[in-house]
Amino acid sequence: MLEGYTAYIVAGASTTLKIALSSLAVATVLGLVGAACRLAGQPLLNRSAEAYSTLVRGVPDLVLMLLVFYGGQVAANSLLESLGLPAVDFDQFIAGVLTLGFIYGAYLSETFRGALLAVPRGQWEAGWAYGMSRPRVFLRIVLPQMIRLAIPGYTNNWLVLTKATALVSVIGLQDMMYRAREAGAATREPFTYLLVVGAVYLMITTVSLLLLRALERRTSAGVRMGEM
Amino acid sequence: MYHDQKPGGACAAGAGVAARAVKLEVKDVHKRFGEHEVLKGISLTAHAGDVISIIGSSGSGKSTFLRCINLLERPHEGSIALAGEPLELIRKPDGMLDAKSGKQLQRMRARLAMVFQHFNLWAHMTVLQNIIEVPVHVLGVPRDEAVARARRYLEKVGLCGVEDKYPAHMSGGQQQRVAIARALAVEPEVMLFDEPTSALDPELVGEVLRVMRALAEEGRTMVVVTHEMAFAREVGNHVMFLHQGRVEEEGDPQQVLANPQSERLQQFLSRTR
Repeated sequence: MLEGYTAYIVAGASTTLKIALSSLAVATVLGLVGAACRLAGQPLLNRSAEAYSTLVRGVPDLVLMLLVFYGGQVAANSLLESLGLPAVDFDQFIAGVLTLGFIYGAYLSETFRGALLAVPRGQWEAGWAYGMSRPRVFLRIVLPQMIRLAIPGYTNNWLVLTKATALVSVIGLQDMMYRAREAGAATREPFTYLLVVGAVYLMITTVSLLLLRALERRTSAGVRMGEM
Repeated sequence: MYHDQKPGGACAAGAGVAARAVKLEVKDVHKRFGEHEVLKGISLTAHAGDVISIIGSSGSGKSTFLRCINLLERPHEGSIALAGEPLELIRKPDGMLDAKSGKQLQRMRARLAMVFQHFNLWAHMTVLQNIIEVPVHVLGVPRDEAVARARRYLEKVGLCGVEDKYPAHMSGGQQQRVAIARALAVEPEVMLFDEPTSALDPELVGEVLRVMRALAEEGRTMVVVTHEMAFAREVGNHVMFLHQGRVEEEGDPQQVLANPQSERLQQFLSRTR
Protein backbone atom coordinates (compact mmCIF):
# COMPACT_ATOMS: atom_id res chain seq x y z
CA MET A 1 0.00 0.00 0.00
CA LEU A 2 2.71 2.42 1.02
CA GLU A 3 4.77 1.89 -2.15
CA GLY A 4 2.12 3.30 -4.41
CA TYR A 5 2.31 6.74 -2.87
CA THR A 6 5.86 6.90 -1.54
CA ALA A 7 7.42 8.23 -4.73
CA TYR A 8 4.58 10.74 -4.97
CA ILE A 9 5.22 12.03 -1.47
CA VAL A 10 8.99 12.11 -1.87
CA ALA A 11 8.50 14.25 -4.98
CA GLY A 12 6.56 16.56 -2.67
CA ALA A 13 9.58 16.63 -0.36
CA SER A 14 11.62 18.28 -3.09
CA THR A 15 8.92 20.97 -3.41
CA THR A 16 9.03 21.42 0.35
CA LEU A 17 12.82 21.80 0.29
CA LYS A 18 12.69 24.25 -2.61
CA ILE A 19 10.12 26.38 -0.81
CA ALA A 20 12.08 26.25 2.43
CA LEU A 21 15.42 27.19 0.88
CA SER A 22 13.95 29.95 -1.31
CA SER A 23 12.04 31.38 1.65
CA LEU A 24 15.20 31.26 3.74
CA ALA A 25 17.03 33.27 1.08
CA VAL A 26 14.27 35.89 1.03
CA ALA A 27 14.10 35.94 4.83
CA THR A 28 17.88 36.32 5.17
CA VAL A 29 17.93 39.34 2.87
CA LEU A 30 14.91 40.92 4.60
CA GLY A 31 16.42 40.10 7.99
CA LEU A 32 19.71 41.78 7.15
CA VAL A 33 17.93 44.83 5.75
CA GLY A 34 15.67 44.95 8.82
CA ALA A 35 18.63 44.70 11.21
CA ALA A 36 20.53 47.37 9.27
CA CYS A 37 17.49 49.68 9.47
CA ARG A 38 17.15 49.10 13.20
CA LEU A 39 20.78 50.04 13.77
CA ALA A 40 21.23 52.79 11.18
CA GLY A 41 20.36 55.54 13.66
CA GLN A 42 17.63 56.98 11.41
CA PRO A 43 14.38 57.32 13.38
CA LEU A 44 12.14 56.65 10.37
CA LEU A 45 14.00 53.52 9.25
CA ASN A 46 14.22 52.32 12.81
CA ARG A 47 10.50 52.70 13.41
CA SER A 48 9.43 51.04 10.16
CA ALA A 49 11.71 48.07 10.81
CA GLU A 50 10.43 47.83 14.36
CA ALA A 51 6.84 47.93 13.15
CA TYR A 52 7.59 45.18 10.63
CA SER A 53 9.07 42.84 13.20
CA THR A 54 6.44 43.58 15.85
CA LEU A 55 3.52 43.13 13.46
CA VAL A 56 4.74 39.95 11.82
CA ARG A 57 5.87 38.31 15.02
CA GLY A 58 2.55 39.07 16.64
CA VAL A 59 0.25 37.51 14.01
CA PRO A 60 -0.05 33.75 13.37
CA ASP A 61 1.74 32.45 10.27
CA LEU A 62 -1.43 30.89 8.92
CA VAL A 63 -3.35 34.16 9.15
CA LEU A 64 -0.57 36.03 7.37
CA MET A 65 -0.30 33.34 4.74
CA LEU A 66 -3.99 33.58 3.86
CA LEU A 67 -4.00 37.38 4.11
CA VAL A 68 -1.02 37.82 1.83
CA PHE A 69 -2.03 35.17 -0.66
CA TYR A 70 -5.72 35.97 -1.04
CA GLY A 71 -5.68 39.55 0.21
CA GLY A 72 -2.59 40.33 -1.87
CA GLN A 73 -4.23 38.85 -4.92
CA VAL A 74 -7.41 40.88 -4.44
CA ALA A 75 -5.43 44.07 -3.83
CA ALA A 76 -3.18 43.51 -6.84
CA ASN A 77 -6.06 42.75 -9.14
CA SER A 78 -8.15 45.72 -8.06
CA LEU A 79 -5.09 47.86 -8.67
CA LEU A 80 -4.62 46.32 -12.14
CA GLU A 81 -8.32 46.75 -12.85
CA SER A 82 -8.21 50.43 -11.98
CA LEU A 83 -5.33 50.76 -14.45
CA GLY A 84 -7.40 48.97 -17.07
CA LEU A 85 -5.18 45.89 -17.10
CA PRO A 86 -6.31 42.25 -17.08
CA ALA A 87 -6.40 40.38 -13.77
CA VAL A 88 -3.66 37.84 -12.96
CA ASP A 89 -3.46 34.68 -10.91
CA PHE A 90 -0.65 34.59 -8.39
CA ASP A 91 1.89 31.85 -8.88
CA GLN A 92 1.44 29.75 -5.77
CA PHE A 93 5.11 28.92 -5.39
CA ILE A 94 6.22 32.53 -5.57
CA ALA A 95 3.39 33.68 -3.32
CA GLY A 96 4.25 31.00 -0.75
CA VAL A 97 7.94 31.80 -0.82
CA LEU A 98 7.37 35.55 -0.51
CA THR A 99 4.95 35.12 2.37
CA LEU A 100 7.21 32.78 4.32
CA GLY A 101 10.23 34.94 3.51
CA PHE A 102 8.35 38.00 4.74
CA ILE A 103 7.38 36.30 8.01
CA TYR A 104 10.76 34.79 8.82
CA GLY A 105 12.59 37.92 7.71
CA ALA A 106 11.05 39.60 10.74
CA TYR A 107 12.35 36.91 13.09
CA LEU A 108 15.77 36.91 11.47
CA SER A 109 16.04 40.70 11.70
CA GLU A 110 15.93 40.28 15.49
CA THR A 111 18.50 37.48 15.37
CA PHE A 112 20.84 39.57 13.23
CA ARG A 113 20.32 42.70 15.29
CA GLY A 114 21.29 40.85 18.45
CA ALA A 115 24.36 39.36 16.76
CA LEU A 116 25.48 42.73 15.41
CA LEU A 117 25.13 44.37 18.80
CA ALA A 118 27.14 41.56 20.36
CA VAL A 119 30.24 42.32 18.27
CA PRO A 120 32.20 44.69 20.53
CA ARG A 121 32.49 48.27 19.29
CA GLY A 122 36.26 48.11 19.66
CA GLN A 123 36.37 45.63 16.78
CA TRP A 124 34.77 48.19 14.45
CA GLU A 125 36.90 51.01 15.81
CA ALA A 126 40.16 49.17 15.25
CA GLY A 127 39.15 48.73 11.61
CA TRP A 128 38.26 52.38 11.15
CA ALA A 129 41.37 53.56 12.99
CA TYR A 130 43.56 51.65 10.52
CA GLY A 131 41.99 53.26 7.49
CA MET A 132 39.57 50.54 6.44
CA SER A 133 36.47 51.74 4.62
CA ARG A 134 33.12 51.15 6.27
CA PRO A 135 32.07 48.33 3.91
CA ARG A 136 35.42 46.62 4.41
CA VAL A 137 35.15 46.84 8.19
CA PHE A 138 31.73 45.25 7.95
CA LEU A 139 32.73 42.48 5.55
CA ARG A 140 36.15 41.57 6.96
CA ILE A 141 35.76 42.30 10.66
CA VAL A 142 32.14 42.34 11.74
CA LEU A 143 30.35 39.88 9.46
CA PRO A 144 32.58 36.87 10.24
CA GLN A 145 32.13 37.45 13.98
CA MET A 146 28.44 38.16 13.61
CA ILE A 147 27.82 34.92 11.72
CA ARG A 148 29.08 32.87 14.64
CA LEU A 149 26.84 34.78 17.04
CA ALA A 150 23.83 34.51 14.74
CA ILE A 151 24.06 30.77 14.04
CA PRO A 152 22.08 29.48 17.04
CA GLY A 153 19.16 31.84 16.36
CA TYR A 154 19.43 31.28 12.64
CA THR A 155 19.31 27.52 13.09
CA ASN A 156 16.23 27.84 15.22
CA ASN A 157 14.46 30.00 12.67
CA TRP A 158 15.39 27.66 9.85
CA LEU A 159 13.88 24.71 11.69
CA VAL A 160 10.66 26.56 12.38
CA LEU A 161 10.54 27.83 8.80
CA THR A 162 11.04 24.33 7.39
CA LYS A 163 8.13 23.08 9.41
CA ALA A 164 6.03 26.13 8.53
CA THR A 165 6.29 25.23 4.84
CA ALA A 166 3.52 22.73 5.58
CA LEU A 167 1.23 25.79 5.65
CA VAL A 168 1.64 26.36 1.92
CA SER A 169 -0.55 23.33 1.32
CA VAL A 170 -3.52 25.51 2.34
CA ILE A 171 -2.96 27.73 -0.67
CA GLY A 172 -2.89 24.68 -2.93
CA LEU A 173 0.84 24.09 -3.35
CA GLN A 174 1.59 20.41 -3.79
CA ASP A 175 4.21 20.08 -1.11
CA MET A 176 4.81 16.98 0.98
CA MET A 177 1.99 17.78 3.38
CA TYR A 178 -0.55 18.36 0.65
CA ARG A 179 0.31 15.04 -1.00
CA ALA A 180 0.26 13.12 2.26
CA ARG A 181 -3.24 14.35 2.95
CA GLU A 182 -4.31 13.31 -0.52
CA ALA A 183 -2.76 9.88 -0.15
CA GLY A 184 -4.24 9.47 3.31
CA ALA A 185 -7.72 10.34 2.06
CA ALA A 186 -7.47 8.03 -0.96
CA THR A 187 -6.27 5.03 1.01
CA ARG A 188 -8.13 5.85 4.23
CA GLU A 189 -4.85 5.42 6.10
CA PRO A 190 -4.02 8.99 7.07
CA PHE A 191 -1.65 8.09 9.90
CA THR A 192 0.62 6.03 7.70
CA TYR A 193 1.30 8.97 5.46
CA LEU A 194 1.52 11.49 8.28
CA LEU A 195 4.20 9.29 9.82
CA VAL A 196 6.09 9.20 6.53
CA VAL A 197 5.91 12.99 6.24
CA GLY A 198 6.94 13.45 9.85
CA ALA A 199 9.97 11.24 9.26
CA VAL A 200 11.00 13.23 6.17
CA TYR A 201 10.73 16.55 8.06
CA LEU A 202 12.80 15.06 10.84
CA MET A 203 15.40 13.96 8.33
CA ILE A 204 15.64 17.42 6.77
CA THR A 205 15.96 19.14 10.13
CA THR A 206 18.50 16.65 11.46
CA VAL A 207 20.77 17.07 8.45
CA SER A 208 20.42 20.87 8.78
CA LEU A 209 21.38 20.72 12.43
CA LEU A 210 24.51 18.76 11.64
CA LEU A 211 25.51 21.14 8.85
CA LEU A 212 24.92 24.25 10.93
CA ARG A 213 26.77 22.78 13.88
CA ALA A 214 29.77 22.19 11.63
CA LEU A 215 29.55 25.79 10.43
CA GLU A 216 29.40 27.01 14.01
CA ARG A 217 32.54 25.06 14.84
CA ARG A 218 34.30 26.50 11.82
CA THR A 219 33.44 30.07 12.67
CA SER A 220 34.35 29.61 16.33
CA ALA A 221 38.10 29.54 15.74
CA GLY A 222 39.67 31.90 18.24
CA VAL A 223 36.88 31.65 20.77
CA ARG A 224 37.71 30.28 24.16
CA MET A 225 35.65 27.24 25.02
CA GLY A 226 34.25 28.89 28.13
CA GLU A 227 32.73 31.65 26.02
CA MET A 228 30.89 29.37 23.64
CA MET B 1 56.35 75.64 19.28
CA TYR B 2 53.82 74.16 21.69
CA HIS B 3 50.54 75.92 22.08
CA ASP B 4 49.08 77.11 25.32
CA GLN B 5 52.51 76.94 26.81
CA LYS B 6 52.94 77.95 30.42
CA PRO B 7 56.02 79.88 31.44
CA GLY B 8 57.21 76.99 33.56
CA GLY B 9 57.77 74.72 30.57
CA ALA B 10 58.91 77.35 28.10
CA CYS B 11 62.39 76.10 27.34
CA ALA B 12 61.21 72.53 27.58
CA ALA B 13 62.27 70.70 24.47
CA GLY B 14 65.62 72.33 23.85
CA ALA B 15 67.16 73.98 20.84
CA GLY B 16 67.76 71.01 18.54
CA VAL B 17 64.04 70.45 18.07
CA ALA B 18 63.51 73.26 15.61
CA ALA B 19 65.41 71.37 12.93
CA ARG B 20 63.22 68.28 13.13
CA ALA B 21 60.24 67.99 10.80
CA VAL B 22 56.77 68.51 12.18
CA LYS B 23 54.95 65.17 12.00
CA LEU B 24 51.64 66.01 13.57
CA GLU B 25 50.02 69.34 14.21
CA VAL B 26 46.67 69.48 15.93
CA LYS B 27 45.18 72.89 16.66
CA ASP B 28 42.49 74.18 18.92
CA VAL B 29 40.33 71.08 19.27
CA HIS B 30 36.91 71.60 20.83
CA LYS B 31 34.50 68.79 21.53
CA ARG B 32 31.13 68.68 23.26
CA PHE B 33 29.05 65.75 24.40
CA GLY B 34 25.59 67.29 24.48
CA GLU B 35 25.90 70.49 26.50
CA HIS B 36 29.07 69.38 28.22
CA GLU B 37 32.24 70.72 26.63
CA VAL B 38 34.91 68.08 27.22
CA LEU B 39 37.65 69.70 25.14
CA LYS B 40 38.04 73.47 25.29
CA GLY B 41 40.70 74.18 22.72
CA ILE B 42 43.61 71.77 22.85
CA SER B 43 46.62 71.88 20.56
CA LEU B 44 49.59 69.63 20.12
CA THR B 45 52.63 69.63 17.86
CA ALA B 46 54.74 66.53 17.50
CA HIS B 47 58.13 66.71 15.76
CA ALA B 48 59.82 63.61 14.42
CA GLY B 49 60.99 61.51 17.35
CA ASP B 50 58.89 63.28 19.97
CA VAL B 51 57.29 61.19 22.68
CA ILE B 52 54.44 63.23 24.08
CA SER B 53 52.66 61.96 27.17
CA ILE B 54 49.17 63.19 27.93
CA ILE B 55 48.22 62.83 31.56
CA GLY B 56 45.25 63.86 33.65
CA SER B 57 42.55 62.40 35.82
CA SER B 58 39.70 60.46 34.25
CA GLY B 59 37.22 62.82 32.68
CA SER B 60 39.92 65.36 31.85
CA GLY B 61 39.35 64.67 28.15
CA LYS B 62 42.70 63.08 27.35
CA SER B 63 41.36 59.98 25.60
CA THR B 64 38.74 62.02 23.77
CA PHE B 65 41.47 64.34 22.52
CA LEU B 66 43.55 61.41 21.26
CA ARG B 67 40.50 59.96 19.50
CA CYS B 68 39.82 63.31 17.84
CA ILE B 69 43.25 63.14 16.18
CA ASN B 70 42.16 60.24 13.93
CA LEU B 71 38.51 61.28 13.97
CA LEU B 72 37.22 58.31 15.93
CA GLU B 73 35.53 61.18 17.75
CA ARG B 74 34.41 64.04 15.57
CA PRO B 75 35.40 67.40 17.06
CA HIS B 76 33.31 70.57 16.90
CA GLU B 77 36.31 72.77 16.12
CA GLY B 78 39.92 72.22 15.28
CA SER B 79 42.40 71.28 12.59
CA ILE B 80 44.68 68.32 12.05
CA ALA B 81 47.71 68.07 9.79
CA LEU B 82 49.90 65.04 9.35
CA ALA B 83 53.42 65.55 7.98
CA GLY B 84 52.36 68.90 6.55
CA GLU B 85 49.19 67.57 4.90
CA PRO B 86 46.07 69.16 6.38
CA LEU B 87 43.04 66.91 6.78
CA GLU B 88 40.18 68.61 4.96
CA LEU B 89 37.21 69.00 7.25
CA ILE B 90 33.64 70.05 6.67
CA ARG B 91 30.90 70.81 9.15
CA LYS B 92 28.05 68.32 9.30
CA PRO B 93 24.42 69.23 10.10
CA ASP B 94 24.94 67.95 13.67
CA GLY B 95 27.54 70.70 14.17
CA MET B 96 30.55 68.39 14.28
CA LEU B 97 33.42 68.30 11.82
CA ASP B 98 33.99 65.33 9.57
CA ALA B 99 36.47 64.51 6.84
CA LYS B 100 35.56 66.02 3.49
CA SER B 101 37.00 63.03 1.69
CA GLY B 102 36.65 59.53 3.07
CA LYS B 103 39.66 58.50 1.00
CA GLN B 104 41.93 61.12 2.55
CA LEU B 105 40.76 60.21 6.04
CA GLN B 106 41.44 56.52 5.42
CA ARG B 107 44.90 57.29 4.06
CA MET B 108 45.75 59.46 7.07
CA ARG B 109 44.34 57.03 9.60
CA ALA B 110 46.59 54.27 8.31
CA ARG B 111 49.60 56.54 8.96
CA LEU B 112 48.40 57.28 12.50
CA ALA B 113 48.38 53.76 13.89
CA MET B 114 46.49 53.49 17.15
CA VAL B 115 47.02 51.18 20.10
CA PHE B 116 43.92 50.78 22.24
CA GLN B 117 43.37 50.31 25.95
CA HIS B 118 41.55 47.03 25.33
CA PHE B 119 43.88 45.95 22.47
CA ASN B 120 40.96 45.48 20.06
CA LEU B 121 42.71 42.71 18.19
CA TRP B 122 40.31 41.16 15.71
CA ALA B 123 39.02 38.15 17.57
CA HIS B 124 38.35 35.91 14.57
CA MET B 125 41.84 36.31 13.13
CA THR B 126 45.13 34.76 14.17
CA VAL B 127 48.01 36.95 15.30
CA LEU B 128 49.54 36.86 11.82
CA GLN B 129 46.23 37.68 10.13
CA ASN B 130 45.73 40.58 12.52
CA ILE B 131 49.10 42.05 11.60
CA ILE B 132 48.96 41.61 7.82
CA GLU B 133 45.31 42.58 7.37
CA VAL B 134 45.88 46.31 6.90
CA PRO B 135 49.19 46.13 5.01
CA VAL B 136 47.76 43.62 2.52
CA HIS B 137 44.17 44.79 2.13
CA VAL B 138 44.44 48.53 2.72
CA LEU B 139 48.01 49.48 1.81
CA GLY B 140 48.49 46.98 -1.01
CA VAL B 141 51.70 45.45 0.32
CA PRO B 142 52.42 42.04 -1.31
CA ARG B 143 51.49 39.20 1.00
CA ASP B 144 54.99 37.70 1.30
CA GLU B 145 56.43 41.03 2.24
CA ALA B 146 53.66 41.68 4.76
CA VAL B 147 54.29 38.31 6.39
CA ALA B 148 58.02 39.01 6.59
CA ARG B 149 57.24 42.40 8.09
CA ALA B 150 54.89 40.82 10.63
CA ARG B 151 57.59 38.34 11.74
CA ARG B 152 60.09 41.16 12.08
CA TYR B 153 57.81 43.26 14.24
CA LEU B 154 56.68 40.32 16.35
CA GLU B 155 60.32 39.71 17.12
CA LYS B 156 60.75 43.36 17.99
CA VAL B 157 57.94 43.18 20.56
CA GLY B 158 59.48 40.00 21.94
CA LEU B 159 56.99 37.43 20.68
CA CYS B 160 58.08 34.37 18.75
CA GLY B 161 56.07 31.41 17.53
CA VAL B 162 52.68 32.99 18.20
CA GLU B 163 51.72 33.67 14.57
CA ASP B 164 48.94 31.09 14.50
CA LYS B 165 47.49 31.78 17.93
CA TYR B 166 44.20 33.55 18.40
CA PRO B 167 44.12 36.64 20.63
CA ALA B 168 41.79 35.02 23.15
CA HIS B 169 44.45 32.41 23.90
CA MET B 170 47.04 34.96 24.95
CA SER B 171 47.66 37.06 28.06
CA GLY B 172 46.73 40.74 28.05
CA GLY B 173 50.37 41.77 27.88
CA GLN B 174 50.98 39.52 24.89
CA GLN B 175 47.84 40.80 23.19
CA GLN B 176 48.93 44.39 23.66
CA ARG B 177 52.35 43.61 22.23
CA VAL B 178 50.67 42.00 19.21
CA ALA B 179 48.57 45.16 18.90
CA ILE B 180 51.79 47.20 18.90
CA ALA B 181 53.21 44.93 16.20
CA ARG B 182 50.02 45.47 14.21
CA ALA B 183 50.54 49.22 14.54
CA LEU B 184 54.20 48.98 13.53
CA ALA B 185 53.33 46.88 10.48
CA VAL B 186 51.62 49.82 8.78
CA GLU B 187 54.89 51.77 9.23
CA PRO B 188 53.08 54.80 10.61
CA GLU B 189 54.26 58.40 10.80
CA VAL B 190 52.92 58.78 14.31
CA MET B 191 51.74 56.18 16.82
CA LEU B 192 48.80 56.97 19.08
CA PHE B 193 48.55 55.06 22.36
CA ASP B 194 45.28 55.23 24.28
CA GLU B 195 46.07 54.13 27.86
CA PRO B 196 47.92 51.06 26.59
CA THR B 197 48.60 49.59 30.02
CA SER B 198 45.42 50.52 31.90
CA ALA B 199 43.63 47.23 31.22
CA LEU B 200 46.58 45.04 32.15
CA ASP B 201 47.28 43.13 35.32
CA PRO B 202 50.06 44.93 37.21
CA GLU B 203 52.63 42.21 36.52
CA LEU B 204 52.06 42.54 32.77
CA VAL B 205 52.46 46.32 32.57
CA GLY B 206 56.26 46.14 32.52
CA GLU B 207 56.55 44.06 29.35
CA VAL B 208 54.44 46.52 27.38
CA LEU B 209 56.23 49.58 28.75
CA ARG B 210 59.58 48.01 27.85
CA VAL B 211 58.47 47.64 24.25
CA MET B 212 57.23 51.22 24.17
CA ARG B 213 60.48 52.48 25.63
CA ALA B 214 62.42 50.62 22.92
CA LEU B 215 60.22 52.24 20.26
CA ALA B 216 60.86 55.67 21.73
CA GLU B 217 64.59 55.01 21.73
CA GLU B 218 64.62 54.19 18.04
CA GLY B 219 63.15 57.60 17.37
CA ARG B 220 59.49 56.89 16.68
CA THR B 221 57.01 59.69 17.07
CA MET B 222 54.50 58.77 19.74
CA VAL B 223 51.54 60.39 21.47
CA VAL B 224 50.72 58.45 24.62
CA VAL B 225 47.72 58.90 26.88
CA THR B 226 48.87 57.26 30.09
CA HIS B 227 48.67 56.93 33.84
CA GLU B 228 52.27 55.73 34.04
CA MET B 229 54.11 58.71 35.51
CA ALA B 230 57.45 56.91 35.35
CA PHE B 231 56.99 56.44 31.61
CA ALA B 232 56.05 60.08 31.13
CA ARG B 233 59.05 61.21 33.17
CA GLU B 234 61.73 58.88 31.84
CA VAL B 235 60.70 58.14 28.24
CA GLY B 236 58.68 61.14 27.14
CA ASN B 237 60.30 64.40 26.07
CA HIS B 238 57.13 66.41 26.53
CA VAL B 239 54.20 66.09 28.87
CA MET B 240 50.75 67.67 28.73
CA PHE B 241 48.56 67.76 31.82
CA LEU B 242 44.88 68.05 30.96
CA HIS B 243 42.29 69.23 33.41
CA GLN B 244 38.62 69.73 32.57
CA GLY B 245 39.25 69.95 28.86
CA ARG B 246 42.17 72.38 28.98
CA VAL B 247 45.92 72.06 28.98
CA GLU B 248 46.66 73.06 32.55
CA GLU B 249 50.40 72.69 32.30
CA GLU B 250 52.90 71.28 29.82
CA GLY B 251 56.59 71.11 29.05
CA ASP B 252 59.67 69.05 29.74
CA PRO B 253 58.57 66.12 31.90
CA GLN B 254 61.64 66.31 34.14
CA GLN B 255 60.72 69.86 35.09
CA VAL B 256 56.95 69.74 34.95
CA LEU B 257 56.60 66.55 36.97
CA ALA B 258 59.34 67.37 39.45
CA ASN B 259 58.28 70.93 39.96
CA PRO B 260 54.63 71.41 39.03
CA GLN B 261 53.51 75.02 38.92
CA SER B 262 49.74 74.64 38.99
CA GLU B 263 47.87 73.56 42.05
CA ARG B 264 45.85 71.03 40.05
CA LEU B 265 48.93 69.22 38.82
CA GLN B 266 50.40 69.25 42.31
CA GLN B 267 47.24 67.60 43.60
CA PHE B 268 47.14 65.14 40.72
CA LEU B 269 50.74 64.08 41.23
CA SER B 270 50.33 63.70 44.96
CA ARG B 271 47.42 61.34 44.33
CA THR B 272 49.14 59.23 41.72
CA ARG B 273 52.41 58.77 43.53
